[in-house]
Amino acid sequence: MSELLSLSDLHVRFHTAAGVVRAVNGVSLDLAVGETLGLVGESGCGKSTLGKAIMRLVPVSQGEIRVDGADVTHLAGTALNQMRRKVQMIFQDPYGSLNPRQTVGRSVGQPLVVAGWKRDAIAARIDELLRLVRLPPDAKQRYPHEFSGGQRQRIGIARALALSPKLIICDEPVSALDVSVRAQVINLLEELKQQFGVSYLFISHDLSVVEHIADRVAVMYLGTIVEAGGRDQIWKRPQHPYTKALLEAAPIANPRLARARRRTVLQGELPSPLAPPAGCPFHSRCPIAQERCKSDRPALRPVGEGALAACHFV
Amino acid sequence: MTVLEVRELSTTLFTRRGTMTAVESMSLGVGVGETVALVGESGCGKSLTALSIMRLLPDPPARITAGAVVLNGRDLVALPEEAMLDIRGREIGMIFQDPMSSLNPVATVEKQIAEVLAAHTELDRTRARARVLELLEQVGMPDAERRLDAYPHQLSGGMCQRVMIAMAIACSPAMLIADEPTTALDVTVQAQVLTLLKRLQQDSGMAMIFITHDLAVVAEVADRVVVMYAGRKVEEAPVDDLFEAPKHPYTAGLIGATPVPGAARTERLADIPGMVPALNELPAGCAFAPRCPRVMARCRTDRPVLTEPRPGRLVACFAAEKDAA
Repeated sequence: MSELLSLSDLHVRFHTAAGVVRAVNGVSLDLAVGETLGLVGESGCGKSTLGKAIMRLVPVSQGEIRVDGADVTHLAGTALNQMRRKVQMIFQDPYGSLNPRQTVGRSVGQPLVVAGWKRDAIAARIDELLRLVRLPPDAKQRYPHEFSGGQRQRIGIARALALSPKLIICDEPVSALDVSVRAQVINLLEELKQQFGVSYLFISHDLSVVEHIADRVAVMYLGTIVEAGGRDQIWKRPQHPYTKALLEAAPIANPRLARARRRTVLQGELPSPLAPPAGCPFHSRCPIAQERCKSDRPALRPVGEGALAACHFV
Repeated sequence: MTVLEVRELSTTLFTRRGTMTAVESMSLGVGVGETVALVGESGCGKSLTALSIMRLLPDPPARITAGAVVLNGRDLVALPEEAMLDIRGREIGMIFQDPMSSLNPVATVEKQIAEVLAAHTELDRTRARARVLELLEQVGMPDAERRLDAYPHQLSGGMCQRVMIAMAIACSPAMLIADEPTTALDVTVQAQVLTLLKRLQQDSGMAMIFITHDLAVVAEVADRVVVMYAGRKVEEAPVDDLFEAPKHPYTAGLIGATPVPGAARTERLADIPGMVPALNELPAGCAFAPRCPRVMARCRTDRPVLTEPRPGRLVACFAAEKDAA
């Protein structure tokens, strides 16, 4: 498979009154055509910032972003708009990401207007998009507040699909939804992938959802990727101690399995990204940390089965 | 032994758009050392049930219109507010979803916990401070002594939730109500808080009502589960039975819609079509009928009542009745 998205040594730094926040700290990652890559981690690990950086919604401090082989790291103006036809994004809060004073039709059609489509073609495309995400045709004359959370997320998906992008960055797209509606949206995303061959970067803190939808998974901690690998490898043979801890911490919707498993609960909380620990970012909470981890930052390296892990002891 | 018993409780919302029954004829019992999970999607009435038990309903619009809440032999619904002030915090503790906004932002950790002690005990200031420190250590607060003088904004979400738990258990209540206590927390911190709650319960034999929308959390903490839909209990069962053989199609739908890590990968999650109906637009008959895969003609006109096919298993569904017959 060819790479659709390729990140090398990407850094995003925010300069705040309290100091420099290294939100994304040297991330290298590839995503192939037709692939769903899950990006998991706890709040503040930089996963959303990474998604926004790829969309060029936050400034990149260092490193390179390639989409379809072309360097897009420093694009501006028309060239940046061209790139965004290939890469679209859907957000966690489907209400906050829609203009409350615009009809659904206008919101969904906005990308087409920007792309210079003719009015008739836009109207036809809006109807088609609403049908694809299974919203009633009259939805286009209505306003976001008339819809439920799940329907609003469908509107966001319709808008993202408008220009037939190759990649959709999904930032916690189902986290704000109820269980039954969450399953509807996940199923819709999977159908659209089969129908159009779109790839997803699926950002989520919910491991069970990621396991369901992703082909490959990258685990982020304090701005860095600590492990990346195939879905089965990550769940069955996790290598990095943080990946293991995350999987053990995730509740299992099966009471017998939940009781039977051995579980070491990770102590402490995510350190502040303002003052990340020296050496391995995880050493302050790591159950197998040694002296060396306090000073040497481990590089992401192959650990078999096509997996990568950043730990001195795997 | 039953600590708390809710009998046929109904809570009604009186609004400009009409009168709506948010909790209808709800019954619930919790025993010593037992955890009952109250599960359902947003708007199903699970939090209002908890607030009704605590008598913390926002009135207007919400008011208890029928039923009883019996705690240690007394009906809380009939008690005057002054008596409730004494019961809340001493006999029933409660923790909430959002620990940051549930704490007073301008009071130190010590002051907030000591307030509970001042209301219900005779401890003087020095002894209260010692007790607060002891509580913080009990809830696993890192660097407990240093946190006494901290303000909520200086603490993480997980630490704020520990402070809330310390306040809730300060007077060793027989009953703890936890309303989505880990929903706002990260998975590793969620695991810490769930482990903490279980440990506290084992140590004290406290009864617990655990409210959540997350079935995976239910599987981790509950002994018994009550599933709510549109203000009513639709199923109740011991936790293993519920997950292995759900009787109500809504319960089955919720379980099917929750992916289990490590399970064989299915192409589609079993979703439930449509969405939760608004309380003022409830259909005649069974409230779940418009979304139900097993709907029959009768479901659209008659409302199923709870039946008890086996002791401890309750279900309100005509299709389940047919299965049992």
